[in-house]
Amino acid sequence: MEYEAVIGLEVHVQLKTKSKMFCGCATEFGAEPNTHVCPVCLGYPGVLPVMNEEAVRKTILTGLMIGSEIAEFSKWDRKNYFYPDMPKNYQISQYDLPLCLHGTVEIRLDGGQTRKIGITRAHLEEDVAKNIHFETTSGVDFNRAGTPLMEIVSEPDLRSPEEAFAYLTALKEILMSGDVSDCDMEKGQLRCDSNISVRPVGQKEFGEKVEIKNMNTISGVRRALAYEIQRQTAALQKGEKVSQETRRWDDAAGRTFVMRTKEYAHDYRYFPEPDLMPVVVGEELVAEVRRLLPELPETRRQRFVKQYGLPEYDAGVLVADGALATFYERAAHGAQNPKAIANWVMTELLGKLGEAKTTISECPIKPEGLAELVDLIDSNQISGKIGKEVFAEMFTGGKTPSDIVREKGWVQVSDTGALEALVEQAIAGNPKSVADFRAGNQAAINFLKGQVMKLSKGKANPQVAGEILLRKLNN
Amino acid sequence: MSLHTLTIHQLREKLRRGECSAREATQSLLDRIQGIDGKLKAYLWLNPEDALAQADAIDRSGVARDGKLLGGVPIAIKDLINVEGQPCACASKILKGHTSVYDAFVIQRLRDAGAVLLGRTNMDEFAMGSSTENSSWGITHNPWDLERIPGGSSGGSAAAVAGDEAFAALGSDTGGSIRQPAALCGCVGLKPSYGRVSRYGLVAFASSLDQIGPFTKTVADCALMMRVLAGHDRCDSTSVPQPVPDYTAALNKGVKGLRIGLPKEYFIDGMDREVEAAVRGAIQRLQSLGAEVVEISLPHTDYAVAVYYLIATAEASANLARFDGVRYGARVTGEDVIDMYGKTRGAGFGPEVKRRIILGTYALSAGYYDAYYLRAQKVRTLIRQDFEKAFQQCDVILTPTSPEVAFRIGEKADDPLKMYLSDIFTIGANLGGICGVSLPCGFTKSPRLPIGLQVLGKPLDEETILRVGHTYEQATEWHKERPTL
Amino acid sequence: MSENTSTFDISYVAHLARMHLTDAEKAKISAQLKDILTYVEKLNELDVSHVEPTAHATPLSNVFRKDEVRPSIDREKVLQNAPEQARDLFIVPKIVE
Repeated sequence: MEYEAVIGLEVHVQLKTKSKMFCGCATEFGAEPNTHVCPVCLGYPGVLPVMNEEAVRKTILTGLMIGSEIAEFSKWDRKNYFYPDMPKNYQISQYDLPLCLHGTVEIRLDGGQTRKIGITRAHLEEDVAKNIHFETTSGVDFNRAGTPLMEIVSEPDLRSPEEAFAYLTALKEILMSGDVSDCDMEKGQLRCDSNISVRPVGQKEFGEKVEIKNMNTISGVRRALAYEIQRQTAALQKGEKVSQETRRWDDAAGRTFVMRTKEYAHDYRYFPEPDLMPVVVGEELVAEVRRLLPELPETRRQRFVKQYGLPEYDAGVLVADGALATFYERAAHGAQNPKAIANWVMTELLGKLGEAKTTISECPIKPEGLAELVDLIDSNQISGKIGKEVFAEMFTGGKTPSDIVREKGWVQVSDTGALEALVEQAIAGNPKSVADFRAGNQAAINFLKGQVMKLSKGKANPQVAGEILLRKLNN
Repeated sequence: MSLHTLTIHQLREKLRRGECSAREATQSLLDRIQGIDGKLKAYLWLNPEDALAQADAIDRSGVARDGKLLGGVPIAIKDLINVEGQPCACASKILKGHTSVYDAFVIQRLRDAGAVLLGRTNMDEFAMGSSTENSSWGITHNPWDLERIPGGSSGGSAAAVAGDEAFAALGSDTGGSIRQPAALCGCVGLKPSYGRVSRYGLVAFASSLDQIGPFTKTVADCALMMRVLAGHDRCDSTSVPQPVPDYTAALNKGVKGLRIGLPKEYFIDGMDREVEAAVRGAIQRLQSLGAEVVEISLPHTDYAVAVYYLIATAEASANLARFDGVRYGARVTGEDVIDMYGKTRGAGFGPEVKRRIILGTYALSAGYYDAYYLRAQKVRTLIRQDFEKAFQQCDVILTPTSPEVAFRIGEKADDPLKMYLSDIFTIGANLGGICGVSLPCGFTKSPRLPIGLQVLGKPLDEETILRVGHTYEQATEWHKERPTL
Repeated sequence: MSENTSTFDISYVAHLARMHLTDAEKAKISAQLKDILTYVEKLNELDVSHVEPTAHATPLSNVFRKDEVRPSIDREKVLQNAPEQARDLFIVPKIVE
């Protein structure tokens, strides 16, 4: 019997706002514990919440980007449960009238096919605090409590761990392109839970669904789901029943474990939040937010292929990070060789950024600088090899390539007169290689060419030097 | 100088003319409190040095002479309003030792107006009660008869003002907790329209019903207090943005041609005879002053108590969930955190609070939400519509504040339902979000106990109810009587 | 409707509210609430099928604040109020997952 998986993902995204959802505390990550707190986000007696306008806008923007219906009337509800990371022991969330309903996210699979994954809803809520566990106690840091959190629920349309991976990747790209969130899973800015069930192929009804939590990376999600499919399938094949439960993924162990059942965990006693007024989204507000719509990653990818003549793969790498794509465009716009610029960005630039643990937004090299560099190489003013050194200088010092080349005296020597002299020097100094070449060892010329480069301190134009060398050796 | 017997207006005059200082006014109250609060027990916290230091600062700054609205006037605060640096226990063991870290919006307003924050008054725990017998700190006694309750939940504030232990006091009203104690203690108590006064800093009982309001000796004083307290607050999303009128300017317009609605459902058999007589007497007085009387109907009156006790307890069950021993207040430790919650809350809440939390939690729980909470919110709409329709035929609605006068301490302690039913006349105003004021309109023969007249007005029409109250008050002598203590 | 009052499970509700009640309290509250729940059944006399629930007493909407950072409270102040604190954290007995 063949079985297939049915997967839905629930993604929680921390919105990129300056302040929290219901108070003015900063949302900055990594601050000293309990320094970004106030009576409101600590749930002190007598406090009241006030909505962060930007959080609502970013949620509407997300809805527009994924083609949701933006609710004309949306409201807040209290979700009641007790936990130490809950300052009020209720979470302000949205229950029956969320800001966004329906929508789709298009995913791209390895073979190049695309699929449209349905979105059920997207709503706003407040994040909880952080629990830190010690031997016999736990400590709570409320810095995170109250951060605006957008919950995006997909339809159970995904059919494999690979699709789940592609979905999360696509969602991240969209959210980042709209500057809605930085989606850094390591910082907890994007969290994912999954509902997964398995059923015989051809069966209409879904199998028992299992909730999976604690998948902390996108690849972790893929691994966890792969494990679950195998576990559930094996159970069904043995004729066992799959229990509807919540399981925790342990990446190190490579398996899921049943979580201690939170008794009565599901009686959240939702009721409308009396302290907050509803959100009425009129035409004007939607139009305002629509103006902020970025070019979606997929559209941008296609345009890069067309406009800059880039291969699909390269275009894909560049648009994966909105800021990177923007950087690239600024450099490639009006340039003669956009493909070369793309190569520099994908290899050298990303390499250096990774080493220095810097992001593209903090990159010391400006897009215009990179364009200038490629120009210098293409016009033979410097060699590609020197180009790499100039690049390194640009990364540390932030100077323009022309300035660096001039200061370091790295202008490529293409002047045939000067090169003739250097070639003669190399020939004269290496009679064995000359003899080898004349004897038929074509490769010996490379050593001689290297010598010319050395004599010129790397400044010789290798192509011209090679031509002169060949000419002289063949005489 | 027996400054403590003055009204705010009288005190302000003296302060402005330099005939007395803020310190003297404060000291006069402190002496009075020292003298009689042992019998009344209205104050559960007092810091005389702090109060006098505030008064001294005001005297030095000349604010009282400069005409700040409450410059130099000491005001008492109900124990569930946050005053930075002061304890805020809501008369509950679960907040024992807790110190406020911020000022409520109204407190900032009082400070800006130059008031002296005198001390904190007793109340029913978390504002749940109609007699102040549910305080974990102790019982407050009615100044007119020490064997009787002062009303609740703001019993301490009412008793303090009635007993000349404060020139005014702040209370809160969720189902009548300002108006009913005002009636039972013979002073003026006003519940603003919902959203008129900021709730930021008021420890929440029922978020969609709560309002902070003043207790005073006269209606004119009440209007002055409202000028200071009312107004929009960015920190309270339910706060209305409409501008605040000058409530004192509108007082003397009289009641000629004003239409007074009398709801037939409120004048029923079973009401205390003397209460009814006093209220009818007040109606006649107002007619003689030019008001017209219209009989109106509030057909869903009979359902108000049921609606209230489902909605208020449901909201309260969520509002009180934060008291868990994690971030503040008292804690009883346990084997794990869940055990700690159970023990902390079991030990920290009194019986009335527990009862309401259980009822409210049940009303929201799976399978019961539709039958209880949702249905109650729908009937609430009908009650609100009753008032809207009624106000098309009249300008204000007049009723007794309470169907009975102050009962004996302990008399209703074992019958919560009976206690709840005594809120019948005040609850409607909270459900409808409208404004209401209670003022004295007579006394029972023997013992001499105050009877309260309630004037209800349209949302944001505090001006009119104050006008009616002031006109009636000035045509009578009730407000000049004081209990013998 | 009256089945609701007899199926009132006080232990369950007390657990939802995370509040320990002694057996005596459970008995007393159950009995008192039975009366109250019977009383509130009068709401069933009304036909509310065409009535909207009152969500808010005032007809406001879109009450927003700008996304601006405001000063947080001094950490010492809040930790002082904590029943137990250490390492700048609010300490609670172990949370069992």
